[in-house]
Amino acid sequence: MKKIITLMLVVALVLGLTACSKEDPSKKSEGVMTYAQYEAAAIDSEVVVETYVQAKQGWWQDTATIYTQDGDGAYFLYSMPISKEDYDKLVPGTKIKVTGHKAEWSGEYEIVDAKFEIEKGSYIAEATDVTSLLASADLIKQQNKFVSFKGLTVEAQADGSAFLYNWDGSGTHDDNSDLYFNVSVNGATYTFTVESYLCGNDSDVYKAVEGLKVGDVIDAEGFLYWYNGVNPHITKVTKK
Amino acid sequence: MKRTACLFICLTLIFTALLTGCHGRVGLEAFKTPESFDTSRSYEITFWAKNDTNKAQTDIYSKAIADFEKYYLNIHVNIRFYTDYGRIYNDVITNISTNTTPNVCITYPDHIATYMTGVNTVVPLDELVADPKYGLGGREVLFDGPRADQIVPKFLGECRIGDELYALPYMRSTEACYINKTFVEALGYTVPDILTWDYIWEVSDAATRKSEDGTFAVNGQNVMIPFIYKSTDNMMIQYLRQKGAGYTTADGEVQLFNDTAFGLLGDVKEHVGTGAFSTFKISSYPANFLNAGQCIFAIDSTAGSTWMGSHAPLSDISEDMFVDFETVVRPIPQCDPADPKMISQGPSICIFNKQDPQEVLASWLFAQFMLTNDVQTAYAETEGYVPVTLKAQQSAEYVDYLAHDNGSGGDEEYNKKYYDIKLKATKLLLDNIGNTFVTPVFNGSASVRDAAGQMIENVAKSVRRKETVDDAYMRQLEKDITALYRLDSLAGKQEKAVDAPDLGKLPESAAVLIGMIAMAWLALLARGVQAIIKKREQKKS
Repeated sequence: MKKIITLMLVVALVLGLTACSKEDPSKKSEGVMTYAQYEAAAIDSEVVVETYVQAKQGWWQDTATIYTQDGDGAYFLYSMPISKEDYDKLVPGTKIKVTGHKAEWSGEYEIVDAKFEIEKGSYIAEATDVTSLLASADLIKQQNKFVSFKGLTVEAQADGSAFLYNWDGSGTHDDNSDLYFNVSVNGATYTFTVESYLCGNDSDVYKAVEGLKVGDVIDAEGFLYWYNGVNPHITKVTKK
Repeated sequence: MKRTACLFICLTLIFTALLTGCHGRVGLEAFKTPESFDTSRSYEITFWAKNDTNKAQTDIYSKAIADFEKYYLNIHVNIRFYTDYGRIYNDVITNISTNTTPNVCITYPDHIATYMTGVNTVVPLDELVADPKYGLGGREVLFDGPRADQIVPKFLGECRIGDELYALPYMRSTEACYINKTFVEALGYTVPDILTWDYIWEVSDAATRKSEDGTFAVNGQNVMIPFIYKSTDNMMIQYLRQKGAGYTTADGEVQLFNDTAFGLLGDVKEHVGTGAFSTFKISSYPANFLNAGQCIFAIDSTAGSTWMGSHAPLSDISEDMFVDFETVVRPIPQCDPADPKMISQGPSICIFNKQDPQEVLASWLFAQFMLTNDVQTAYAETEGYVPVTLKAQQSAEYVDYLAHDNGSGGDEEYNKKYYDIKLKATKLLLDNIGNTFVTPVFNGSASVRDAAGQMIENVAKSVRRKETVDDAYMRQLEKDITALYRLDSLAGKQEKAVDAPDLGKLPESAAVLIGMIAMAWLALLARGVQAIIKKREQKKS
């Protein structure tokens, strides 16, 4: 009997600890902004946020551009100074505290001149389905988040192809050019991008987009980037 | 004793071999032009090319290669496209140590100066240019290329580093000010032929006035940045030149931190404060704002002119954002309108050395082909570039091209080819070649250029962030920028990397002589040691 009670206590303790250690990605430390406060912050003001790395572009000249998100919203860390050693530590899920300045560049809200420190904790965001929001003015509230799109139809480029290397077709696979492809849903057409510094020509999504045909119906996932309008950076494409 | 003798001989041989091989830095043999081009062999050369993310330009590169390969069936050119000079620079630097540089590369002289820190990495071109068989206009060259005297002398001169020619100019551009004339006149001003800095600041400040409803009075929109500069490094460099102030010297002395530079930073502070001025790095492409009626003075390269104006053929903004206005093109603002000065920029071509001189000769022939009329005129017409050869500039096709400056009345392709703003930007440079300048080139000059722009960016950002920008700030800025770009390691430390002659290997006779002297010293030393040991043994016994 004693053994059973002991075992039950241990199980209860383990379960309790597991529950207690579950990360609350919206919870903030002292002196850190909530996402709502960040959203309300003026352009050029200093911001301090706690957020979680979701993906990163390539390391280049001691800087990197990082896609991050907490429980409430996303933060795009543009060209953050970082050593290669620290860059390697920023695996998806890593919690970081970021101090920088809020900026806006062609409609994209971002944190620039950022400094960061790694904190304890981990969180990987689930993709939010924003298909129904694509034509909505509310879409911008999801900016930079990890999102998904369902039931998109691949539309032809001006030259009839399903995608272009670079925006005008001036690139090539070997040059690791960005991929641009148009998709339509609910009667409107949007331009999606495979940003090669995020997903290069050896990635699955790059190859998947290279394999698209006009008229294909696809689901897609990526980060809701903005450049003079919505311009998602796609990380996954699934043909239906 | 026999063993000692053997040891001496071995040491001498090793020492001699080391002396022969290690005189100076390790690297390739200096290139010597072969007597003749060996057409019995095949050559595969790589060409790293920069384009402005422009399909017309990549198509021209591809066509140029195909056309060249028709003349030289035994040369195959592999092209790699880049859209950023910085990436080419970085990749070349990475590949120098493994001697896997491309054969031919589009680049800037500032970058070549750094490439040249490797021994014989970049091929000096004077000898090749003048070669009667394979030089410019050489009798054995299979295509109709330009003679040396048919390259615009000023452009060719820009490719000299020290006394040597290390590149061929490929295209040239300058900066231009693209102006919303409609708005300028609405503000009660006229657009002069030559803008001054005082004028542009005054009109820009006037454009920041708001209506009672909070929109800007001049455009009725919520956004108006009257003056946006794309390349702030050029902004600083040109302002210093116009004022006759220091920037750098040919031997690498950094003179950037002077009163004139801080004076410009004071202007930047003031007009960022009024909302009259911003930069590409802070706000985005000047063209996006200009075309949407949210900017009055947009300064960008003449090579970006197809993106400029209310009917620009290329654009990143949606059609519904365009605003109709009259666009005019002027030189960048000047300190002295009677003596205008503007930067000369644009891609050049350099050739990397290889172990096989025949391969280098094949590279040279291809580089030369990029100066033929068809390539020059076609590429120049994609943007507001100017061909670098007089031969191309004076060709019937190019003269005809310049005569079409209305850019309307045809189909989309016609209007794009003869877009009036592009043609006006091109003519701006053609009319001002004598007023252009370049900055001194040395190992590190690219860093000074970056530093010049960063000073403006930092001040602009600090003002926007409501930080105190005063004398103490400027002193700290100088320290920060010096540290960031390691400028203190440049000043006075130019070891003539770019023009120091490489001494090559030590002549064999000299090496043998030094080896023999070393052997004699070793023999004397050994004899001494032997004598000491013998004495000790005698004492012991």
